[in-house]
Amino acid sequence: MNISVKIRVNGVLHEAEVEPRLLLAHFLRETCGLTGTHVGCETSVCGACTVLVDGQAVKSCTMFAVQADGAEVTTVEGLANGEMHPIQEGFWECHGLQCGYCTPGMMMTAMQLLERNEAPTRDEIRHALDGNLCRCTGYTHIIDAVEYAAKKGRA
Amino acid sequence: MSTTTEKPPAATSNPKYFGRAMKRVEDPRLLKGIATYVDDLKLTGMLHAEFVRSPYANANIRSINTEAAKQLPGVIGVFTGADINEKAGTIPCASPLPGGKSPVHTALAGARVYFVGHPVAVVVAKTRAIARDALELVEIDYEALPAVTDAEKALENDSPLTHPELGTNIAFTWGLAGGDIEAAFNEADRVLKLRINHQRLTPMALEPRGCAASWHAGESSLTLYTSTQVPHLLRTLLPGMIGIPENKLRVVAPEVGGGFGSKLNLYAEEAVVCHLAMLLNQPVKWIESRRENAAATIHGRDQIGDHEVAVKNDGTVLAIRSKIIADIGSYLQLLTPAIPTLTGLMIGGCYKLKAVKVDVTGVHTNKVATDAYRGAGRPEATYIIERVMDYVAAELGQDRLQVRLKNMPGSGEFPFTTATGLQYDSGNYQAALEKAQELAQWPRLLKEQENARAEGRLFGIGISTYVEICALGPSKIMAAGGWEWGCVRIEISGKVTVITGTTPHGQGQETSFAQIAADRLGIPIEDIVVLRGDTATAHFGRDTYGSRATALGGTAIAMSIDKIIEKTKTLAGALLEAAPADIEFANGKFFVRGAEAKSIGWGQLASEAYVAKNLPPGFEPGLEASSFFEPPNCTFPFGTHICAVEADRETGQVKILKYTAVDDCGKQVNPLLIEGQVQGGIAQSLGAALMERTVYDENGQLLTGEFMDYAIPRAVDIPEYALGSTETPSPSNLLGVKGVGEAGTIGATPCIGNA
Repeated sequence: MNISVKIRVNGVLHEAEVEPRLLLAHFLRETCGLTGTHVGCETSVCGACTVLVDGQAVKSCTMFAVQADGAEVTTVEGLANGEMHPIQEGFWECHGLQCGYCTPGMMMTAMQLLERNEAPTRDEIRHALDGNLCRCTGYTHIIDAVEYAAKKGRA
Repeated sequence: MSTTTEKPPAATSNPKYFGRAMKRVEDPRLLKGIATYVDDLKLTGMLHAEFVRSPYANANIRSINTEAAKQLPGVIGVFTGADINEKAGTIPCASPLPGGKSPVHTALAGARVYFVGHPVAVVVAKTRAIARDALELVEIDYEALPAVTDAEKALENDSPLTHPELGTNIAFTWGLAGGDIEAAFNEADRVLKLRINHQRLTPMALEPRGCAASWHAGESSLTLYTSTQVPHLLRTLLPGMIGIPENKLRVVAPEVGGGFGSKLNLYAEEAVVCHLAMLLNQPVKWIESRRENAAATIHGRDQIGDHEVAVKNDGTVLAIRSKIIADIGSYLQLLTPAIPTLTGLMIGGCYKLKAVKVDVTGVHTNKVATDAYRGAGRPEATYIIERVMDYVAAELGQDRLQVRLKNMPGSGEFPFTTATGLQYDSGNYQAALEKAQELAQWPRLLKEQENARAEGRLFGIGISTYVEICALGPSKIMAAGGWEWGCVRIEISGKVTVITGTTPHGQGQETSFAQIAADRLGIPIEDIVVLRGDTATAHFGRDTYGSRATALGGTAIAMSIDKIIEKTKTLAGALLEAAPADIEFANGKFFVRGAEAKSIGWGQLASEAYVAKNLPPGFEPGLEASSFFEPPNCTFPFGTHICAVEADRETGQVKILKYTAVDDCGKQVNPLLIEGQVQGGIAQSLGAALMERTVYDENGQLLTGEFMDYAIPRAVDIPEYALGSTETPSPSNLLGVKGVGEAGTIGATPCIGNA
């Protein structure tokens, strides 16, 4: 039995009849066609699927689409507003990505961090990113990138 | 005709891009979430495949009942080994060793399964969710058998056999002997013995594997999109397996989410998906889950070695004699046997050993195959020889830096021939060591250690001085070509398309290759596009592994540019009314020697070359050249890593306080990307040293099947770095580059181990 949901994603309302078991990650990828949200583990560990649901960073592989009914979701595709968001710019400038697979989730988590703490220390950034795995960069350039974005955001 | 490959044109002597830390051109699409990985592909009419996998490490299959699964609405078909193995071919090993025994590796299991995760059947359905539901409905009756899980016990006479038909668990033996080993041990004042275990590791690229195949019935051709490092190797190997001609197969590696060697293979799932797309005449996609990735994608390392070291009391290390047992798992994947041979070749490290003898025994166990994981044999070699150096220093009561320095070849001794027969191309190991000591503030570090120990804290300092082998490699040592290919096309508009046969998957060669090309052509980097990862555009290639892409692929591009410049001199000469021999090229302009003011640029020349109305006699239209670069030798990057660590007495938790690395990868194209490679490599190495271990229990059950059980480093585990470099150009290619993709993974584990 399908359930009807209304989810606003990056400002656009998506109405759909979905299976109750459909994960939010798959709703975003398959129903909305927003494939920037990646699935890396399906167990809520790697964080590649992180999106903002009503402003909170959520691992969309462990939330059902029906749970997001009525919510405002922001994905990586919604980060830039014409120009790149300071977080995207930071990742670009500081070489905060290699294969790019973890990057969308990493940036969404960083987004929440900077909303809560506009001038985080490097250790605070490390702890904030604890739920996002990257196998390529070794994280140092990611930490640089978030620092860059924090400075840029405050400027 | 002059050979410009030996004498670079003027443009490169005044580089604008080469050597500059530049941000990457590939990043915007990745940052905006609009890049296309395999799972992002939607092909018309696409079906989804899921594999039924063995829950047992070793079992006979009594029966398989697929009826219930087939009845599920939305299921298109369920196929077993009996249905498709004849059509999907056998999974190849490209590096079998003489006298080795290997089982026939069918795409799906036949009458028996050999590891947890072994694919037994495949379900194809209209959606991935339905395919997953159907997996549960496939009934398989297994007769569980005792599993072989310990490589040493597997050599005992009463051990069960992984593959009974082979009559042994020994897959291969391989020996290497260089120098007079007996004489070296006779000369020794003492012989040290040590046993070193390199635990099994799981590569864990963030993007699991996946592929999608599309059969074009009208053309009888197939396109395979796959998350791979080696589309060209697949195009070489797959046709014979699935029964189509090579020129009817196109392999595309779209955006690839990390590889680290785990995607340097031809996997059963790729052959099965190709076959199904042809059989069903509909596109078929399969995406690996993390659990499947941990169980059925290759693992790395897993060697145990007993080493004897011949040492003189003055600290001279004369020779090493090693017996290595490699637990290679159940099957030989593409390069499985080659990996421990690399350990043998590099076991002498950056030292002047007189003799080396290495005997490797590859042992079959009921685990997934090992193969190339970042470093591939060299991290093991480096760990062994660097532990040996510390052990020698401790035994003799000497300083471990001095022991290392005593045994290193001097910078004037290159090319240096090792006891194992390799020729190290260039090096200055002392300079890297000195610089690392300086960066690490060595005397202060020793003082800190002294103070910490006085306070009763467990404070260690580790060091490793490594050398590795990259840019694999000359064709004579490779299974199927060690060359690399590149093509450069000056378009009619003067824009430039560069095509590489290497397959970057995060390394950033769309940027670094554009840097190489822009300087050599003397044009703005914005005018260049680098294409990669599609056999329809990159007609040849041997792909990306073994830190080979820039040294070989970059060189093939530079060679192609030099050919175009030579050709264009004839055209420029005609337009400037001068002999081609009098034409010079610099900064993107052709001019008559001494008359630089009157010059012609690429735009005008390209237009002339393609419009082709005023070409000199015999001048072939167009400005395009391609090159196969066959390297004369491998390259040998090196460096020194130093770390300070502290262990908590109560918990045993080890914290890295400070990490210093000086790496020498030859000439640097883009220092920012190199830094990224080094940091990423060190992180994986740190994981290997302190956090990661793939565990099978005594029944062959995989206990590290998820990120929850297999700990890869997180941001909080990473120390701050002091990074530096030295630059010793390689004489093996005209760019002087060596390779850096694996350096961190090779240098750091022994460094932390030695602390």
